[in-house]
Amino acid sequence: MIKLEKINKTYQVGDSPLRALADVSLNIEPGEYLSIMGPSGSGKSTLLNMIGLLDRPDSGRYWFDQIATEELNEERRAHLRGENIGFIFQSFHLINRLTAFENIELPMMLAGLPLKQRRIAVADVLAMVGLSDRASHKPNQLSGGQLQRVAIARAIVMRPRLLLADEPTGNLDSRSGAEVIDVLEKLNQDGITLITVTHDQKLGDRARRHIRMVDGMIDRDQGGFSVTPENSDMPENSPEPENSPEPKNSPEPKNSHQPTKSNDETI
Amino acid sequence: MKLFDQLVFNRQVFLRHRVRTLLMLLAVAIGVASVILLTSLGEGARGYVDREFSALGNRILIVLPGRKETTGGGPPMYGASPRDLTLEDANALGRIPGVLAVAPIVAGTTTISHSSRSREVITLGSTAAFFAVRQLQVGAGTLLSARAESEPLAVAVLGVKVKRELFGSSRALGQWVRVGDRRMRVVGVLEERGESLGLDMRDMLVIPVRTAEQLFDSPGLFRILLDIAPSADSDKIKEKILNVIRKRHDGEEDVTVISQDSMLAAFDNILATLTMAIAAISSISLLVAGILIMNISLISVSQRRQEIGLLKAIGASSRQIKQLFIGESLMLISMGSAVGISFAFALIALFAGLWPSFPLQPPVWAVPAALLVAFGTGLVFSIMPAKRAAALDPVLALRGML
Repeated sequence: MIKLEKINKTYQVGDSPLRALADVSLNIEPGEYLSIMGPSGSGKSTLLNMIGLLDRPDSGRYWFDQIATEELNEERRAHLRGENIGFIFQSFHLINRLTAFENIELPMMLAGLPLKQRRIAVADVLAMVGLSDRASHKPNQLSGGQLQRVAIARAIVMRPRLLLADEPTGNLDSRSGAEVIDVLEKLNQDGITLITVTHDQKLGDRARRHIRMVDGMIDRDQGGFSVTPENSDMPENSPEPENSPEPKNSPEPKNSHQPTKSNDETI
Repeated sequence: MKLFDQLVFNRQVFLRHRVRTLLMLLAVAIGVASVILLTSLGEGARGYVDREFSALGNRILIVLPGRKETTGGGPPMYGASPRDLTLEDANALGRIPGVLAVAPIVAGTTTISHSSRSREVITLGSTAAFFAVRQLQVGAGTLLSARAESEPLAVAVLGVKVKRELFGSSRALGQWVRVGDRRMRVVGVLEERGESLGLDMRDMLVIPVRTAEQLFDSPGLFRILLDIAPSADSDKIKEKILNVIRKRHDGEEDVTVISQDSMLAAFDNILATLTMAIAAISSISLLVAGILIMNISLISVSQRRQEIGLLKAIGASSRQIKQLFIGESLMLISMGSAVGISFAFALIALFAGLWPSFPLQPPVWAVPAALLVAFGTGLVFSIMPAKRAAALDPVLALRGML
């Protein structure tokens, strides 16, 4: 379903280039449950954005369902993203002025689907995340766990085949977090491909396949459905001393763990 | 994204930012209203001048002695011709078919006095036809009689101001006044009427044409006014006038004929140009509104970075983001224009009630022009913020890193 081949991405940070992804190759089959872990600045969020078609690689190839995505224009990529990929963010990113219903119907609205169809689909996904009675609530009337469940509902309302979750429980207490994970895993059991990026070892361990990233490279890849041939040609413990800055003070804008962020952070 | 959905989406943005929305609406409304009101003012002035002209009598030809030799200059005010324009010429012109009335005019200044008061006034010697051609009415008494055409009667018709200056509030009709070296009886006082075409009919004295000839001791006419039939072709009549004069003046075409149409056209031109200029100036306020919209849209884009990032993540293309922001501006401009247009027309109606003699009338192109400028500037000035929004990197925007 997803095939990355020698993806490279370098960010210019200040004067020095920062290599966020270095020759990353990866195969993901439909229905997989995959967690990407690694220290800050290891490139895991960049990888997620790459898979989610939010970012373009500097070089390398990416097939989504046999479609060579690097050949698509922005318009087609947006379309592909809207139809097939759902995003879940650490800070939910719900629009404050809109009700839960309106937030959830946004992807369908952007796709130009009629209101009737939207109503049915939104009611459906609200039931799926257990928030049928909260459809007309605005984000500031909902708790953190509820907000993330609304965000999940929005992510799946287009019936995507791939769900990308970036620290889905990062802003939640453990009980709400568990609820959210339950919902996500249930979706995965129903066939959706689920990729989570997390710092939380417990959450990461729940996935069937674990990918660990270090310095823009896949360091470890365990538990996949299939043989992952790229493992063999990956230099597993390459020291890579030439262009990897200290991950700690990496200025790369991707420190996805910000526990200080408040729970009701929305747009 | 469907148009209706976009309208709903933008409406929610407006409701969320009421004050900002109201201020932008106000800016656009003021711009549109000022374009309409100011052009109405210009157009109103044009209408006023038009009416003033037609108050002179709709179709007048003016024959001046002397020919305009130099093209490009104004018509000669006083004839410099060796051959005077005479009363006989005037009578001959009166026989041209299509000419309804002929008013020969002898002009000069005289001193008019009554008891101890005297006053220097412009004195016109003419016939009864003069009053008809210039559409003058008497407020009291009578006009010159038909006999005044051929006989030097010692009668005078006073302008209201002359009457007031000499007689105050007492009765003038039937009184004797001294005009130059003659005594004349006041037979009428003109109706109060404004200045028209530079001639203040209030401060004037009208006496029979023969009397004036004797008084000024000159057979030359100052000019001849011709009232022509509405159905007549003024160019043809002009041609005939020149023919008649040529015959009578030994083949010399030594007069100038001015039609009122041409003077009116000249005024019309000037005022229309003026109205356009006013429109251009008032469009500046729309430009200012456009810049305001741009600034506020830029602020809006930076405030809504995360939302834009999100929209991109859930499938909005750059084009859709651009559409959303430009659509937002266009919606604001439509609403602002609607408010501005209603406001302008309400004010015009109010003016019409207060000053019926000088009604503001928006030219037909005022509303389309105002809308064109409003939408034009709105579009131009919203493209930049919209582009900026569309170019946002969704990854960074979502992380609040921009």
